[in-house]
Amino acid sequence: MATEAASLRAKHATPIAERRIRSLLGEIFAGTCAGVAAILLLTIFVYVLREGVGALNLDFVTQLPRPVGITGGGVANGILGSLIIIGIAVIIATPVGVLTGIYLALFGSGTLAESVRFMADVLSGVPSIAIGLFAYTLLVAPFHHFSGLSASFAFAILMLPLIIRTSEEAVRTVPRRTREGGFALGLSKYATTMQVVLPAARPAILTGILLGIARVTGETAPLLFTAFGSQFMELNPTNPMAELALQVFTYAISPYQDWHRQAWAGAALLILAVFVLNVAARFLLKPPSTKRI
Amino acid sequence: MASVRGATLLFALVVIGLFVELVRGSWSSLTAFGLKFLVTSQWNPVTNQFGALPLIYGTVVSSGIAILLAGFVGVFAAAYLADFAPRRLAQPLSFAIELLAAVPSVVYGLWGLFILAPIMRAYIDPFLQARFGWLPIFSGTIYGTGLLTAGVLLALMIVPTVTAISRDVILAVGKDQREASLALGATRWETMRRVVLPAARSGIVGACILALGRALGETIATTMVIGNRPAIEASLFAPSYTLSSVIANEFTEATSDLYLSSLVELGLVLFGVSIVVNAVARTLIWSMVRDKKAR
Amino acid sequence: MANDVSSPEEQPRRREKPAIVFGLHREPFGPRPGEEEPVGRQDRAPALESAQLITDKITAFYGSKRAIEDVSIQFQAKAVSALIGPSGCGKTTLLRCLNRIHETDPSARVTGSVLLDGTNIYESDVDPIVVRRRIGMVFQQPNPFPTMTILQNVVSGLRYAGLAKSRSEQLEVAERTLKQAALWNEVKDLLDRPAIALSGGQQQRLCIARALAIDPEVLLMDEPTSALDPISTGVIEELMTALADDYTVIAVTHNMQQAARVSDYTIFMLAGQDRIGHVVEMDKTNNIFTHPKEKRTEDYISGRFG
Repeated sequence: MATEAASLRAKHATPIAERRIRSLLGEIFAGTCAGVAAILLLTIFVYVLREGVGALNLDFVTQLPRPVGITGGGVANGILGSLIIIGIAVIIATPVGVLTGIYLALFGSGTLAESVRFMADVLSGVPSIAIGLFAYTLLVAPFHHFSGLSASFAFAILMLPLIIRTSEEAVRTVPRRTREGGFALGLSKYATTMQVVLPAARPAILTGILLGIARVTGETAPLLFTAFGSQFMELNPTNPMAELALQVFTYAISPYQDWHRQAWAGAALLILAVFVLNVAARFLLKPPSTKRI
Repeated sequence: MASVRGATLLFALVVIGLFVELVRGSWSSLTAFGLKFLVTSQWNPVTNQFGALPLIYGTVVSSGIAILLAGFVGVFAAAYLADFAPRRLAQPLSFAIELLAAVPSVVYGLWGLFILAPIMRAYIDPFLQARFGWLPIFSGTIYGTGLLTAGVLLALMIVPTVTAISRDVILAVGKDQREASLALGATRWETMRRVVLPAARSGIVGACILALGRALGETIATTMVIGNRPAIEASLFAPSYTLSSVIANEFTEATSDLYLSSLVELGLVLFGVSIVVNAVARTLIWSMVRDKKAR
Repeated sequence: MANDVSSPEEQPRRREKPAIVFGLHREPFGPRPGEEEPVGRQDRAPALESAQLITDKITAFYGSKRAIEDVSIQFQAKAVSALIGPSGCGKTTLLRCLNRIHETDPSARVTGSVLLDGTNIYESDVDPIVVRRRIGMVFQQPNPFPTMTILQNVVSGLRYAGLAKSRSEQLEVAERTLKQAALWNEVKDLLDRPAIALSGGQQQRLCIARALAIDPEVLLMDEPTSALDPISTGVIEELMTALADDYTVIAVTHNMQQAARVSDYTIFMLAGQDRIGHVVEMDKTNNIFTHPKEKRTEDYISGRFG
């Protein structure tokens, strides 16, 4: 029997050296793929910073846009506009999202819960421009008026699936002993959740909100027909407003060199903001303590 | 309890409202053109003739190119990050690739317009035309922007999605399988190819479908590099137009009710496609990874 | 699927069971009423001159933590050696050092040497792939490849080497090894069905056939029956003794009775207060179970701990 197998081994066996080389090449190829992806990220960062840093100065951040064709000026209205629009979006999305997340964590298996979870999943895949259309038909068309509020509405919808998902998870992963502590004090399920579990879940929920903000920072498509943009400083959200990402887009597709430069600078700001938000979110969420007391 | 339940109902209402409003908004167009909308190739605002075929073509081809490139690169990158990378390298590298997903699309568009398109125009497109110009897809005038460039840019944008989810799925294939293969005298690579990847197959397909969904709905980056011309041409170098780009470019210029309604109907089509794609993708991924991270 | 009982033709040759007395607190493990008194084993287990596998001061690490230390054992060729000991004593770690599987864990490290027929498998110019072709392994949880058929599973090891490309070659190998694993009759008409459709006991025998297909000299078995039902366990135990006619079998088991039934030699390991595993005693099975030299061995065997 050994000789049978040995003869099997002798015929047509692939030499180990060849297998080794093939495997090494395979691993190198896979490593190259990963490397290429990472290098491209680096490239984008580097280009944006290189092109944008030239135009990034105090003026850029504090001044209003100059009329078409005149160099100089800044995106102060865009920066403030973004802060206002995103700020209002957070105010709308946070209560709805967190409370829905809590509902899903508490009543996870009912029909409403299952359908809502499905809807949140589906919503996270809907293109942002379709959501912009929704905001348009609901809040722009009836009033014949573009507004920052309609943009906030669209942004809030974009943030909701993220906030719902992370809030549900945050509440679920609060250790059982914490919850039971609440019950032991005689609190109802609702009171326990709100007064005991929620504070414990707070860091995770905050992370979700940060990720939601990162999600909409730089989002442009819905703004095209909600906030619409503006040349002027506009702080009233019921009017059309400037927004940084929208300005970057408008400047980029324009034929003016100076505006291209400013587009890069704006992009640099956006990328930095997104980067900071993501890193903060990752490090804010401490891993759950596994120590047993 | 009322507030918690109320918030949930409100959310459900919003999602349903989204669908309802899209249908309502496209009503004129739906009633005027019916299903022909999807197969007519005339997109002519002047004569009020709206057919979505060139837009569907542009969307499908650009996303198709994107998923072919990103799927291939992404899966191998995921294999590297899951099994081959030295431990100290795997974490930061994964994080770097995940950050790619966070870059706003307008920044991608900017980079695509001013960096990628000139490179395509100067080096890659002429190379392809020189070598493969006899193929209709590589014939024609080279502009730098166009269908191929859009596809490449989209590929870059969706690679993180494919990589991150595929990596999770590959890691979910247990140690058991790998050790059984190694104990038979296989190398790591052979194990990955013959045992791990086949076992992870449905999850990887799910990841690709999810990424495809993202590419289909991408608006701003595409519109900056695709050329924005509604025409179906054989060449990949030619300008094209996608469903979402049309809405982005023409919505504020829409003069007639029918025009506006057609654009909203495009939005409805995008909405419907994204639902189907997402549902399929998540079923495939969930069947493999019972882990929240995959969602 | 077909039931687990193998047909008479392929039943491996029975080994005589030793008469073993466990100690004062247990009933004698002797013949059941009506059966004949089995013959003792002294004449069957030869002296350790023909040791095939020798370990020399093996120390294995997980990161900076030592799992086993200074393990030096000789494993007899073409015999069954059992590694016993309480859980955590490092017996599985030791087993995994014998075919260099331990080091596939990123943080793992091994020092010392393992000599297979005189060559140290840990030498820098020795390829682990070659080692694993000569020293095969069967795992605790049956792990057939789920995306492959029964036939594909059996020949998978050969396919890596570029062998058994034609279907006829594959069938030839499958028939030979599945017969050795006492599974042929149950699956011979089902070779193109998915391997995961088999029952647990059948899957484990499939894994044994798969390991045998690459024609190793040594077969390592990591608690091969602990995940199986009693009938499958019995089948595989008989298999183990039969396989020792052709292969050197080294099996980890947490079941002392199994060690007593099946093995020629037994190695008892223990982890001290420092959680590092050591070999306490090694001897012919009969000796270990009837008059162990170490008190710790006797305590373990008579159930005082573990």
